[in-house]
Amino acid sequence: MLKKQGVGATRGLQTLCFISLLLACIILSTGMGYIEISPLQVIKVVISRITGASDLLQGMDSVFPYVIMDVRLPRILTSAIVGAGLSVAGVIFQGILLNPLADPYTLGISAGAAFGASIALLLDVMFIGCYTVPLFAFIGAVLTLLAVMFISSSGGRTSSNNLILSGIIVAAILSAGISFIKYVADEQVSIIIFWLMGSFGSKSWTDVFLTFLFVLTGFVICLFFARDLNIMILGDRSAGSLGIETNRLRIVLLVTASLITAGCVSVSGIIGFVGLVIPHLMRFFVGPDNRKLLPASALVGAILLLAADTITRAVLPTEIPVGVLTALIGGPFFCYIFRKRRILKTYG
Amino acid sequence: MDRKSLFEIRHINFCYEKTVAIEGLSLDIEPCKFYGIVGPNGCGKTTLLDLLVRNKAPGSGAIRYSGRELREYNRRELAREIALVPQDFYINFPFTVREIVLMGRHPYIPRFAPPSAKDIGIVDEIMERMELDGFKEKYVTELSGGEKQRVVFARAFAQDTPVLLLDEGTSNMDIQHTLHTLNMAAESVRLKKRTVIAALHNLNLAAAFCDNVIFMKTGRIVSEGKLDDALTEKNIKDVFQVDSRVYFDRYSNSKQVVFRKI
Repeated sequence: MLKKQGVGATRGLQTLCFISLLLACIILSTGMGYIEISPLQVIKVVISRITGASDLLQGMDSVFPYVIMDVRLPRILTSAIVGAGLSVAGVIFQGILLNPLADPYTLGISAGAAFGASIALLLDVMFIGCYTVPLFAFIGAVLTLLAVMFISSSGGRTSSNNLILSGIIVAAILSAGISFIKYVADEQVSIIIFWLMGSFGSKSWTDVFLTFLFVLTGFVICLFFARDLNIMILGDRSAGSLGIETNRLRIVLLVTASLITAGCVSVSGIIGFVGLVIPHLMRFFVGPDNRKLLPASALVGAILLLAADTITRAVLPTEIPVGVLTALIGGPFFCYIFRKRRILKTYG
Repeated sequence: MDRKSLFEIRHINFCYEKTVAIEGLSLDIEPCKFYGIVGPNGCGKTTLLDLLVRNKAPGSGAIRYSGRELREYNRRELAREIALVPQDFYINFPFTVREIVLMGRHPYIPRFAPPSAKDIGIVDEIMERMELDGFKEKYVTELSGGEKQRVVFARAFAQDTPVLLLDEGTSNMDIQHTLHTLNMAAESVRLKKRTVIAALHNLNLAAAFCDNVIFMKTGRIVSEGKLDDALTEKNIKDVFQVDSRVYFDRYSNSKQVVFRKI
């Protein structure tokens, strides 16, 4: 029992470390960019904005509060929240599909979002201003999920293999559709391509709150079912005999993780590899127990996507789409941990 | 109503799409006995066990457990009554052996609560009796097929239910562990008043361990009864289409079945 408490304390300490690291990253990266701002000044500006104490801003360049609060923080927070969301969705998809190679996009969610966004961009619809494209992307993702679930279900049950297969088929059809849209798009084609590669440029506080709402709600639901998801790895027959409503659990988590993904993707565009690599990486450190894996993945996902976005924004001479960067770093890194894990003979 | 029966199965049918798996099957299972289900591949053994643990619902007919309709039970409540050792034991994520066995306590542990001292005690005792102590912190993904199956078996024992269903639960174990595991199951029938229903392929294992034996063929029960009455050359010929000799063996103190090259 003593040992158990020790484990709990270590886990608490670990979470605390990750949270501090995330906060440090947010403050540091807010200071980085074309205009250099020291971390202390960043903290002062944020505190003065929250408390309304304007004397903290004395002797500071008057553009700093604007740069921090209106330009950088929304972008930085959005990237962190999306990083957390994609990682949580990755953990859930790998868990319910019983497949360590699944990611938030396995079921064609990204293709659906991309198709929706492409249509909005092609037709140049703007009925709710700059939120038209995210809305179309979100609708595309949700419709894709419904289609995949409809195709894969038989007699009210859905199996992992059917889900993956249907996801691949639907994604393939949608990809063809996107290619066609690009072909007919003419001058809009570069905007479509840029959206598909993912970016956090010019995000607002509305984006922050929207993604936060999706990711936090989804995260709480996933954490609620974390232990049931652990049992699911025994297979449906065993999980059923242990008191899990396997079919219902699968659908609840599938919809939750897909909505998290749709919320993230519609704001940021397609950012690959985060949802695949982070759960693997964290399983390596904290083990496969979803009760530990979910919070750890969320925090580390937030840190890493934030770091990647800061690299493209403030470190590289010209900004490249963050989705390209995550794939360029994440891909080889995934190969590395995949090989290392095979040598250790632990799968997952 | 005969209150002696633990399970009362009445005229149940079950189909997969258009294939009939169980057809008009009726059966009474008495408590505190070791039942063996034997029959050729695809005769409906697995489906019958799935119906008993309510992983599947019969298309028609009724199953009562302890005098109550099976479908009226709450899923969690049922998990404290009936445990299942499935045929497949494919686990894709690196949980430790101890974590897997502890999953057997899932129906007893409230959400968000850590396992109680009693849960830990039961898990440790089962691991010791299943000779899994040495594997405790090993990853289940690193084990061989037979070892994994022992872990899955231990998980079902940890569930500590009045009914234990075995679906070829020992198919990948060596003879030492097969005998050890089945002995543990048989012992719990005597000491803990457990009811065991085991689908078995090995007729001699069935003969050595079972009190009652159920012969199945194409979704129906061909013959059912006390081992001595039901395990006959005629039934074996009827169900498997093979010739055999059944005799009483002094060494095993049970009936044994022998076959020969055709």
